Amino acid sequence: MTMLAHREAIALGLVLGFLFRIYMLHIDYRQYPSYPHGVIAHLSLGFIAAFLGAVAIPALLAKEFTAVTFLALAAQQFRDIRDMERKTLEKLDESELVPRGPDYIEGIARVFEGRNYLVMLVALVTSSLVTWFPSFIGLAAGVILGFFLAHFRRGKVIKDIAVVRLGQVHFRGANLFVDDILIMNVGLVESRSLMERHGVGVVIEPKDDNARATLANLGQRRAIAHEVATLLGVRKDVAEPEFTPLCRLNTATGRAALFILPVEPDKDLAVAAVGKVPVLESAVRRPLRTLIGRKASD
Amino acid sequence: MEFKRIKDIIAIVTTDPDTVGGGGVPIFYAADASERERIALYLSRILDAMVHDLENGTYFLTHH
Repeated sequence: MTMLAHREAIALGLVLGFLFRIYMLHIDYRQYPSYPHGVIAHLSLGFIAAFLGAVAIPALLAKEFTAVTFLALAAQQFRDIRDMERKTLEKLDESELVPRGPDYIEGIARVFEGRNYLVMLVALVTSSLVTWFPSFIGLAAGVILGFFLAHFRRGKVIKDIAVVRLGQVHFRGANLFVDDILIMNVGLVESRSLMERHGVGVVIEPKDDNARATLANLGQRRAIAHEVATLLGVRKDVAEPEFTPLCRLNTATGRAALFILPVEPDKDLAVAAVGKVPVLESAVRRPLRTLIGRKASD
Repeated sequence: MEFKRIKDIIAIVTTDPDTVGGGGVPIFYAADASERERIALYLSRILDAMVHDLENGTYFLTHH
């Protein structure tokens, strides 16, 4: 039996895998740095991943065992994607007014690598089902798997682990507070009055001790500041360090507070923006999974 | 993103010379609060530094 006998399986696997890659780019544009050309790079690699996934089973059936070794080669290739994505973002971060921070970049890079494996999986499942069953079954299974993976992979956002609400921005002497959380010491009187008038404070209250540990992570807080600054804009230029959005912690209560001087005056939008920030994989801590952690929490 | 290990005071602006002294850092003496404010603002914008208020008549600048 030659591989040509599985034309249909390969073609359907390829198409579905590729569509899945496009779909995932679409639902997650926010994390995307340089839109048009970055998209082409990722679509091309997604195409290759889909092709590799689609030919795996037909190649085995055609007794083309060498073809399967290409899968291993592919895994190596896709590891490079993580490197590529990390390097690009690190370079771009140098000229960001509100940087993403290394933790967030690492998370994004890992997501881009992982997506290609998911594409391979979708293509593999589709093509193998089409090989043995009527093609519509393979197609349906591929589509369902795609939606399932996309949903499952989406991860948590801050809203899921914490209560997000507006806080009151005020000064005690030179010290800026959001509710009872100290943000920073601001010397210039003019800056203080500007911050009091236009500043927005958002309090993030962790729902449990796991969330508390996540919010304590510096990379997570930097990601929050970056996302909100991206979505709402920030009134800051170089040489104005006091207008940098900051996310600080009250170590006694575990509550975090973000202070930002947004371009957008609608304060509720700031709350919504904080709620939508993804929880970084690297910031997830689960002390409550251990006996010591559970005992420490009561 | 670059991290600085040590945060240095890079300049001091004061209306009360008695509260500061000692070495290494330039001290700018201001006649009154508004002059202190102005000097601190200029230095901050030129040096890309943050102004902090010690609330005893002395401001200092540092990088973050």
